[in-house]
Amino acid sequence: MIAHAIVFYIFSLIAIVSAIMVTVSKNTVNSVFFLILDFISISCLFIMIGAEFLGMIMLIVYVGAVAVLFLFVVMMLNVAQQKNEWFNSSGRSSHIPIGLLVSIIIFFELIIVIGGWKYKPDLLDSIAIEINTDLTNTQSLGSVIYTDYIHLFQLSGMVLLVAMIGAIVLTFRQRSGVKRQSYFKQISRGRKDGIELVDVENNKGVKIDA
Amino acid sequence: MLSIGLGHYLTLAAIIFTIGIVGIFLNRKNIIVILMSIELILLAVNINLVSFSIFINDLSGQVFTLFILTVAAAEAAIGLAIIVVYYRNSGTIRVEEIDRLKG
Repeated sequence: MIAHAIVFYIFSLIAIVSAIMVTVSKNTVNSVFFLILDFISISCLFIMIGAEFLGMIMLIVYVGAVAVLFLFVVMMLNVAQQKNEWFNSSGRSSHIPIGLLVSIIIFFELIIVIGGWKYKPDLLDSIAIEINTDLTNTQSLGSVIYTDYIHLFQLSGMVLLVAMIGAIVLTFRQRSGVKRQSYFKQISRGRKDGIELVDVENNKGVKIDA
Repeated sequence: MLSIGLGHYLTLAAIIFTIGIVGIFLNRKNIIVILMSIELILLAVNINLVSFSIFINDLSGQVFTLFILTVAAAEAAIGLAIIVVYYRNSGTIRVEEIDRLKG
């Protein structure tokens, strides 16, 4: 129990500190690195409380794909050195006290909600899918996803497909003046287009590319 | 203090959620950091769902976490594509200079 508590506090401390560093870090590349650290520590917490499959998926999807995508865009756009000085921003900074106030109010509302469900314990009695302890986490998730939630699963695949097509369409641009191979032109080129027979007169020669 | 319950995980999720909100409200320089704050918020929601799912012994929370993960990945891809297109068109992605709508 004590080991569980110690590990929980270590991982959650790392997660909170790195989340703060994501927002206040001056260099955007450093923010992405702290985002990766945050995801890794949260996925360690998931593995610790028994959601191994989601922990591993978090590692693969967030660290392997999303964070690398962020890093790629940050490096490509060359904005890494832009100063991220959000407190001493120039000029119009009247929204900062309001923003802080709203955030603090949101935090206390969340804390009140966390305390509140303790006073209504029957709130948690409606269990939809009970966890079968004989199966592993991955097995039980798979037995649910591919049967009860198959339509949602296919729908999320469609969401990914639309996102992929959308990203490609958004960033696609047709450049003018670029020489490109055209397979159709190459294949459909016949003898008439390529060869021209000319009767050459004596001592006159032939003009090419007229 | 030493026995970790549901409340600990929910408090952690609340703290990370609030940090994400603060990052969105107070960031004035770089719009990529705003996208990262949105990822933090989705992460906090995932922590909530997974910890409820484990502590009340109900698997559907983890299923929905999987779908939220999908949507978060799609959202990051689309958002970054929009940012790349905007940067190509206007040469900046600083939040202060994106004021074409005069909001």
